[in-house]
Amino acid sequence: MANHDILILKNLKKSYRQPDGSELRILDIPAYRVSQGEQVVLIGESGCGKTTLLHVIAGISRPTEGKVRIDDFDLTLMTEPEVDRFRAERIGYVFQTFNLLTGFTALENVLLAMRFARGRPDKTRAKKLLDRVGLSHRLTHRPTMLSVGEQQRVAVARALANRPKLLLADEPTANVDAGNQQAILDLIRQTSQEENVALMLVTHSHEVADQFPRVDRLTEFNLAISG
Amino acid sequence: MSLWKVAWRSIQQRVLASGLTAFSMGLGVALVVTVLVIHGVVSQTFKRGATGYDLIIGGKGGSKLDLVLNTVFHLGDPLHNIPYQYFEDLQQGNLSNEVKLSVPLAERSMGLLQRADLVSKAVELAIPVCLGHDYQGCPAVATTPDFFEKLTYYYKGKDVHYQFREGKNFQDEKGSEYDAVLGATAARKTGLKLGDTFRPVAKSQSEYGKHEDPEFKIVGILEPTGTANDRAIFMNIEGFWRCPAHAKAAAGDAAEGSEHEEHADHEDHAGHDHTGHHHALHREVSAILVCYDKSMPQLYTALPEVVNKYTAAQAVEPSREIFRFLNGIVGNVQLLLLILAVLVVVVAGIGIMVSMYNSMSDRRHDIAIMRALGARRSTVMLIILFESILLALGGGALGVALGHGLIAVLGPTIAEQTGVVVNPWDFQPVELMLIPGLVILASLVGYLPAMYAYKTDVAKSLMAGT
Ligand SMILES: Nc1ncnc2c1ncn2[C@@H]1O[C@H](COP(=O)(O)OP(=O)(O)O)[C@@H](O)[C@H]1O
Ligand SMILES: [Mg+2]
Repeated sequence: MANHDILILKNLKKSYRQPDGSELRILDIPAYRVSQGEQVVLIGESGCGKTTLLHVIAGISRPTEGKVRIDDFDLTLMTEPEVDRFRAERIGYVFQTFNLLTGFTALENVLLAMRFARGRPDKTRAKKLLDRVGLSHRLTHRPTMLSVGEQQRVAVARALANRPKLLLADEPTANVDAGNQQAILDLIRQTSQEENVALMLVTHSHEVADQFPRVDRLTEFNLAISG
Repeated sequence: MSLWKVAWRSIQQRVLASGLTAFSMGLGVALVVTVLVIHGVVSQTFKRGATGYDLIIGGKGGSKLDLVLNTVFHLGDPLHNIPYQYFEDLQQGNLSNEVKLSVPLAERSMGLLQRADLVSKAVELAIPVCLGHDYQGCPAVATTPDFFEKLTYYYKGKDVHYQFREGKNFQDEKGSEYDAVLGATAARKTGLKLGDTFRPVAKSQSEYGKHEDPEFKIVGILEPTGTANDRAIFMNIEGFWRCPAHAKAAAGDAAEGSEHEEHADHEDHAGHDHTGHHHALHREVSAILVCYDKSMPQLYTALPEVVNKYTAAQAVEPSREIFRFLNGIVGNVQLLLLILAVLVVVVAGIGIMVSMYNSMSDRRHDIAIMRALGARRSTVMLIILFESILLALGGGALGVALGHGLIAVLGPTIAEQTGVVVNPWDFQPVELMLIPGLVILASLVGYLPAMYAYKTDVAKSLMAGT
């Protein structure tokens, strides 16, 4: 169980068609694995394709070629609604900024994630998670009334709402004030561990990367596996 | 959290734009409701007014519709009068007397005269009325006590008898000749009370209350009936005939030389002199209200036919005439108004579409986040459709309230002017059609913005956000 692979990428290719008709290759990954509960950091220069990779893993965009297996399910074989459902139930996602739905309170943002996973919205769990990220006093605040750091905390709670297998975090601290960056990073790592969720965190910062047991480098379309 | 609530939140997020589009929808729906309610109330009132009797026999000098509007709704100027003798002939089964007056000897067969007497057997009840007078803007109608004792009116699906709120009906006896009864609205409008007196005045005369005219005394006030009779004052016809005003007007009619008099010249009609040695008074009536004998349906078409073809009067079935009237002019005018009102609603619907579509680019990021959280394309599409439906239904509810409010404001004026009593809280069953109608409209106009949501490229929108 301990070494069960939660994510397997095989011969994954992603390219965009440019306006002039030529293909722009972004990703070309022969093989890649992340095991259950593992914490991986992915470091790469801006524009090298980190966000694109997370989108492909989450099923938000389709790969041009290759396979994406998560928890033994092959996303590339699923229909779009199936992928949507799968994402809702097994993948948590924290974006760089503007994570939250603006019309809804912190609590409602978490409950909505539960709603889209077709589970019965579990208010107790939602409150518990928000309490865990230190926001029990901000339940009914709208995103505009929260600091960027607080918004990221809500996003972490929301990403964990449906007990996912894999948490994707795309430069989650890049826009947070320096004083809060480490706290949020710690929070993400600790909560992932508590929930037994594999974490794949993207960053361009060596300071962040150095804290992880496993650091993978994304360069020239390819994913070099280190450590 | 339901998708409806999610949709409601996006409405709340754009309060001003949502409010304005819903309001314009409300105005359109208010127009539709106003047209529908007024149509419903008008047709009900007209149909209601028509029941209680089956036939009106009145003088010529105007269309059948004029006669109905005059007699049933107290609208317009009265037509020529007919002699009281006509009433008696009709009631006593002697309609042949009237045929003799109209049809020249050479064209008249025994069969026709027998037939005339036979068809008048269809008459179970005949009540004379005299029109053309008023008091302070309320029509003053002279009739017999039978009007309130024997006639019924249609109220909430039943034929009911007239009820007196105060006092009683006038009587067919000595000392009661100058008694009068007030309709509920007339009582309010004139301020007259039991025991008060008034002088009716002929509509053609300009001055009120000539001194030589006798006064009538109020002995009863009716409960509201929802018919045009609420506006009227009813006088005992016996006293009315004694008024110089009536005598003068009647004499004027006679001087005009109606067909009746002309044909009468050719006749040996001893004992049939309308101007009067048989009756001390000059008696004329404007119309006779007839209830058919229920056991003689075979005569129902023959009676009006004989009256119309062979006598100096005309007969109208009020319900048929009103039906024709409603389906003709009134129906078409209302249909046109309804079409215009529906167009306003459609334009308001397009307003919803434009407003929502314009907001979509601001909402791309929210839509992308919902999708990233696992919402399907069809789910985000549904949220937008629900928003459109909520706006339309919310506007619709506002419109229904506005429409009925408008009728509440206009109601008294309509009642005063036309006698049509409009109850603003009279919801028409057709108004229920607004719900499916608005849902369909909202789905149609919501389709374009919903498609935008459906087609939103999640990856691109998320990257644009960061
Ligand atoms: N829809 C697209 N069409 C064409 N090029 C794209 C598209 N999306 C991203 N790219 C390009 O792909 C590259 C990788 O982008 P991204 O994954 O956002 O990089 P990172 O997250 O590492 O900064 C960039 O050069 C970007 O311009
Ligand atoms: Mg990126």
